[in-house]
Amino acid sequence: MSEIKEVIINNDRLATDEYLVNMGPQHPSTHGVLRLLVKLEGEKVLNVQPHSGYIHSGIEKMCEAISYPQIIHLTDRMDYLSAHMNNEAVALCVEKALQVEVPDRVKYIRTIMDELSRLASHQLWWCVFGMDLGALTTFFYGLRDRELILDIFEETCGARMTVSYNTPGGLMADIHPNFQKRVKDYLKYFKTKLPEYDKLLSGNVILKERTEGIGYLTKEDAIEYGVTGPSGRASGFSCDVRKHVPYSAYPFVKFNEILDHRCDTYARYEVRIKEMYESISIIEQLIDNIPAGDYAVKMKGVLKLPEGEFYQRVESARGEFGVFIVSDGKKNPYRLKFRSPGFSNLFALNKMATGHKIADLVAIMSTLDLIIPDIDR
Amino acid sequence: MAFNIYDFTTLTHNIHVGLAESFSPFVATTIEWVIVGVVYLLFIAVFGLFLVYAERKVCAAFQQRLGPMRVGPWGLLQTIADFIKLLMKELIMPRKADYFLYNLAPYLVIIASFLAISVLPFAPGLQSMDFDIGVFYLTAVSSVGVIGILLAGWSSNNKYSLIGAMRSGAQILSYELSVSLSLMTMVVFAGTMQFSAIVEGQRDAWFIFSGHVPAIIAFVVFLVAGTAETNRGPFDLAEAESELVAGFHTEYSGIKFAMFFLAEYINLFIISAVAATVFLGGWMPLHFGNLESFNHVMDFIPPFIWFFGKVLFVIFIIMWFKWTFPRLRVDQILTLEWKYLLPINLVNILLMALVVLTKFHF
Amino acid sequence: MKSFIEYIVSIFKGLWTLLTGMKVTAKYFFTPWKHLTHQYPENRDTLVMFERFRGEVIMPHSEKNEHLCTGCGICEINCPNGSIEIISKSILTPEGKKKRIIDQHIYHLGMCTFCNLCVKACPTGAIVMGQKFEHAVWDRAKLTKVLNQPGSVIAAGVKE
Repeated sequence: MSEIKEVIINNDRLATDEYLVNMGPQHPSTHGVLRLLVKLEGEKVLNVQPHSGYIHSGIEKMCEAISYPQIIHLTDRMDYLSAHMNNEAVALCVEKALQVEVPDRVKYIRTIMDELSRLASHQLWWCVFGMDLGALTTFFYGLRDRELILDIFEETCGARMTVSYNTPGGLMADIHPNFQKRVKDYLKYFKTKLPEYDKLLSGNVILKERTEGIGYLTKEDAIEYGVTGPSGRASGFSCDVRKHVPYSAYPFVKFNEILDHRCDTYARYEVRIKEMYESISIIEQLIDNIPAGDYAVKMKGVLKLPEGEFYQRVESARGEFGVFIVSDGKKNPYRLKFRSPGFSNLFALNKMATGHKIADLVAIMSTLDLIIPDIDR
Repeated sequence: MAFNIYDFTTLTHNIHVGLAESFSPFVATTIEWVIVGVVYLLFIAVFGLFLVYAERKVCAAFQQRLGPMRVGPWGLLQTIADFIKLLMKELIMPRKADYFLYNLAPYLVIIASFLAISVLPFAPGLQSMDFDIGVFYLTAVSSVGVIGILLAGWSSNNKYSLIGAMRSGAQILSYELSVSLSLMTMVVFAGTMQFSAIVEGQRDAWFIFSGHVPAIIAFVVFLVAGTAETNRGPFDLAEAESELVAGFHTEYSGIKFAMFFLAEYINLFIISAVAATVFLGGWMPLHFGNLESFNHVMDFIPPFIWFFGKVLFVIFIIMWFKWTFPRLRVDQILTLEWKYLLPINLVNILLMALVVLTKFHF
Repeated sequence: MKSFIEYIVSIFKGLWTLLTGMKVTAKYFFTPWKHLTHQYPENRDTLVMFERFRGEVIMPHSEKNEHLCTGCGICEINCPNGSIEIISKSILTPEGKKKRIIDQHIYHLGMCTFCNLCVKACPTGAIVMGQKFEHAVWDRAKLTKVLNQPGSVIAAGVKE
């Protein structure tokens, strides 16, 4: 009954052949507690209404009560697959406000860590994408390769996912002596595995049939909805923060912004696969050239930001991640806002999925690479 | 009682004679029915459990895992433990479900499997019904199961179940055509619909070798269509996990769910057994024209081992499909059938007829 | 005719992509000894965590039951979740002066997010991160720990 009420509130009555299905909050393909109210006609999707907020944890409000170094550990728990980038956004924002210049060593290590997390995140996305389409074996191949990256994180940062490796002014600790060797070994290993991803899934005729021409999102729509990251770039929207507003060591490396103008699910798939190759090349350019120096700038015991508003954005694994700090000169922010990529990406779902089948809805949702804590925060 | 692992005819005959001597014909027949029923029941339960275990181990190997390892050595007792768990679970029924149809559906599904399994020749003499229209009977009864699936989806009063059931209905009705036509191709080649005669016809060479090109095409088509018939990946739309939660059996729990689960694996066995019987020679050993000593060694392996070896081989291929490919969409599944498999099949029948007419076979 | 040829070609191309996929999975199926499964409770003895792994906060004690904690409370201030509570007490030193020392260093494992801020902030290096990761207990009260052992004293020579 509640569903019917909800539709009436939306000034939208059901025709005879139409019905509503609640996908989620408990559903295998929503990867968390996302709820989609889907209006269907047979198998055809007529309308998708995402309802977020099931694991809203009030991180932004919590940030108002804690100091800047402490905020960083909360950002791990938002988009847990790009924890490094989230950490870095806060650290960079505080450094910008305090006008601290970090040593090159820190910049290099941060960039390598960013790209490693991007690799890990895209691997997990790849395996989950396969699983959503019914190819269950990809799940284990993706996780197999990701585990080794997490080992690298664990050795250097002390944790596998909630790394908290960045601090305002530098890093929590210097890289582990084994770090460079491990990363190089890993890249050597992963370069043999990445072509397998292509063989198993990318070229597969079933996958192509399932994804080509499905979930069309024009460049204009992508910009209107603020769809960033690989999903936006697959619509031809050049939105790579690493390229347009370079931060950390990105000015020192050569890489391509992967753009695709096909705008469909397969384009989003291929952009991510190609980004993995780009990440490998970025890490290869940096790993041997980490300059010597300190791993952190000596900061004051209690960080107080000057009064004002500060914004810093980074390219997380699924789009533009921004931190907006309003400071009133105290050691806690007056107000803090995170611009999370997942939130904007999710609401383009209705535009993309309308008119397709339920199975396509799952595939489209999967290529948006949604992380629910990132959406709900 | 003579017991010969190469030929069970004498054994079954002796049992029949023994019963007929001690009881009246009516009682003797009844006892025979009961024995056959119990044997099939046991076989289905044991082989079903084995297949579940095999599936888990095979998929684990594809995914670089070990699979179940805890219960029993190498996890051998895992499926038995699971089965006991399912037996003890509470049977939950949605409040607004259709009581009668909801409870009937699992039985229909499993009865269809029982009916189909009865015509399969496991070894010489190990076949309960030897119809002269065996192939026809098999294709007829194997589509009864879809009624159970449709009923399950409809009576559960769940939208996911209903979508799953409707998908399953469309899918099985379409693929039934391909299964029958590819079997028909081999019937044209064999000249009989009787399973025992089909096996007998492959004494010198299996049909897939002697029928060469059209037989191989028919075999591939049969494998694809058979996978679709058993609702297995990449055609598992009816229970598409990531889309429909569990599809038509979302609302079933405990032993009723176990029946759907078991029926799925028994259907897998039936499709593989039919493929093994019609294309790979059933219980016939592998023979090569005039290699006398080789043929003799092959004859030494008992027929039922040949049969189960071939069945497991086909099952392995079908599992390989499932653990490699993404799932198809519902319209693509119909496109595949009506635009690809059906035309190929029709042309293939013609080709087979030509081969038979021109005697261009081995 | 052209579309017919395309139709035939598409069948074979499609079949070929499927076969390449099957080749990949087959490669792993036929090399079962390369499996990745860790059989966890059995391999407990050989399982070594990385030395930086953050499993829990511990306070190392020497053989003489001495620790380095002065009870300054910096860790308590730095903890974002309030997982650390410092209870200090006053004692009279042999010289007759009053001195505040640590009585109980209470650590709530259940609240800890292992962010490493307390360890980093500690001026004397009294607390470090331990590598133990098997924290499951039946009683939630057991997750609240007192880090300084009973009867322990501060090591000589630790700067206040």
